[in-house]
Amino acid sequence: MSQMTGAQLIVRLLERQGVRTIAGVPGGAILPLYDALSGSELIHHVLARHEQGAGFIAQGMSRISGRPEVCFASSGPGATNLVTAIADAKLDSIPMVAITGQVPLSMIGTDAFQEVDIYGMSIPITKHNFLVRHVSELPTVIPEAFRIAMSGRPGPVLVDIPKDVQTAVIDVEDLPEPARPAAAAVIDLGAVEIAAKMINEAEQPVLYLGGGVVHSGAAHQAVTLAEQGGLPTTMTLMALGAMPTDHPLSIGMLGMHGARYTNFVLQEADLLICVGARFDDRAIGKTAEFCPKAKIIHIDIDPSELHKIKTAHVAIAGDVATVLDALLPRVKVMLRKRWLSHVEGLRSRFPLQMPDRENPRSHYGLIHAVAEALDDDAVITTDVGQHQMWVAQAYPFRRSRQWLTSGGLGTMGFGMPVAIGAALADRERTVVCFSGDGSLQMNIQELGTLADENLNVKIVLMNNNSLGLVYQQQKLFYGKRTYASKYARHTDFIRIAEGFGIPAMDLDAHEDPRAALAEALNAPGPCLIHASIDREEFVYPMVAPGAANTEMIGG
Amino acid sequence: MEHVAEPLQQAGFSKVILELEVNNHAGVMSHICGLFARRAFNMEGILCMPIGDSGRSRIWLLVFEDQRLEQMIRQLEKLVDVVAVARHGADHAVFERLEEFFR
Ligand SMILES: Cc1ncc(C[n+]2csc(CCOP(=O)(O)OP(=O)(O)O)c2C)c(N)n1
Repeated sequence: MSQMTGAQLIVRLLERQGVRTIAGVPGGAILPLYDALSGSELIHHVLARHEQGAGFIAQGMSRISGRPEVCFASSGPGATNLVTAIADAKLDSIPMVAITGQVPLSMIGTDAFQEVDIYGMSIPITKHNFLVRHVSELPTVIPEAFRIAMSGRPGPVLVDIPKDVQTAVIDVEDLPEPARPAAAAVIDLGAVEIAAKMINEAEQPVLYLGGGVVHSGAAHQAVTLAEQGGLPTTMTLMALGAMPTDHPLSIGMLGMHGARYTNFVLQEADLLICVGARFDDRAIGKTAEFCPKAKIIHIDIDPSELHKIKTAHVAIAGDVATVLDALLPRVKVMLRKRWLSHVEGLRSRFPLQMPDRENPRSHYGLIHAVAEALDDDAVITTDVGQHQMWVAQAYPFRRSRQWLTSGGLGTMGFGMPVAIGAALADRERTVVCFSGDGSLQMNIQELGTLADENLNVKIVLMNNNSLGLVYQQQKLFYGKRTYASKYARHTDFIRIAEGFGIPAMDLDAHEDPRAALAEALNAPGPCLIHASIDREEFVYPMVAPGAANTEMIGG
Repeated sequence: MEHVAEPLQQAGFSKVILELEVNNHAGVMSHICGLFARRAFNMEGILCMPIGDSGRSRIWLLVFEDQRLEQMIRQLEKLVDVVAVARHGADHAVFERLEEFFR
């Protein structure tokens, strides 16, 4: 039996859980925990510049490792600053454990200095949350937080810990076992049987993969299913990489900025096999007109997703990998020549247009030049806006977890801290963050964190001196009344980066941008690569918000 | 293949009673009420008492039956502190006996 403080116990439990890196920002109410953390020889603390940065750094680590990673924040403003990163994790089903300090128990509810009800505030944006009211709860709450974050559909868990719970002394007999994911529910084999029959009998089936395929580690099974059943395969923004872009059965990303042919193929489908996706409005457009002729098979680990937006003919609740394993032996090998050649016909008539893709000074050309300078081991993150959609359309993703983007929440400021997290999770890899000048300024302070950690993160700044996607929407849908979407002045990002100690280069100034880019991307350590982008370049094709996917503009 | 996510008017639908077994601690109520409030799913009546000293509570909810009810039940079942959800018809005695307190 040993005596320790609540804070020391938390650190021990985190160590035993396998946590090796924690991002955070200290403050009064979490100082006991920081003091205990300073004694850990296993855990490396990354001092973020803003708690939102810390939350996204933890997310970046999780998005690579697939395990819950941890961030720390103090009470009050520290905790509220975490909110966006937690909400982002919730919408993209990213496992994460956020630990916040809270004012002492006796002061809760008194409007004490830096008191906010982060427990109450975080209810709708977490998978679950805890307010620890006694030190004796820690040995159950901490492992439970991890178990919940990683079981079933992953998600963020917040644990709010009052300062006096951190300093209280506890006798610990045996430490609890580290949490493991709860066993997934048994799947309904009868439903799997029916699904197989429907696939075997379909004339024009389409496989629709979502982020659940990535979370479940089921990319291999998904690709095998496609190959076996002769299934043209579309991916959501979250699933890019699950099937290699250049796989002959890949029909690319669907939805608002999908290629025309992709949305047309879906229009003609007589069977839609939705695997780990959730019929998000940006993916399916107007619900009633999405896949109008198709029967639906929906496979998802979260039963509340089944029948939520579209009623499925066969709904299978279960871990995607397990369900696909059961489905595969029942699906016949099919060539589907007629359907696949029709799909090819649509592809060649309505391909994704990438004008100027050979020119590295154009948006598509720049993305291609970056891809050419890297191999498939590199991780790509983005911020949110036009640049994000161009990268989603143009980058040749070939594996799961190669692509990290804010899908559900669409959070500007995501890209750079997530890139830092990705690089922390695997220091060997090159991580490239494609950003926009608007988004980069939402968490630009994390350049300081990046410099401290000296990670292999390259920021490719596609600078159109505007909030490009907003500008585009105003031009297209608001009578060209562009308002509050252009910056009045040019910001000198090169000097900003250098001020933080990050080497920077301006691609505009290089005679041979392709060579300069390759050199910068392949040099070790961080770097900011600045490239000007024409503000009048828009993301096409585009489905107008609320319209059906087949009503595309441009492209 | 109808679209089931759109909010519906609730008037004219019959009532349903939901019986929830939950872990008894501060906070459970806000998790549950938040689900209903967010979706503007009207909760007509609510009743909650601990079950003996089991560490559990029972919550009775009187709600309108509408197309989203199945989805609401699934969302409830997803809550970590909700142990079980059962569905009863509006003729269940629990709220009827209470009516005299609401005259
Ligand atoms: C935190 C946040 N605020 C506002 C928005 C709305 N929004 C979406 S895209 C966008 C513009 C993004 O500009 P930039 O990062 O420069 O990228 P670009 O579209 O120019 O490539 C805005 C303001 C958002 N997604 N996230």
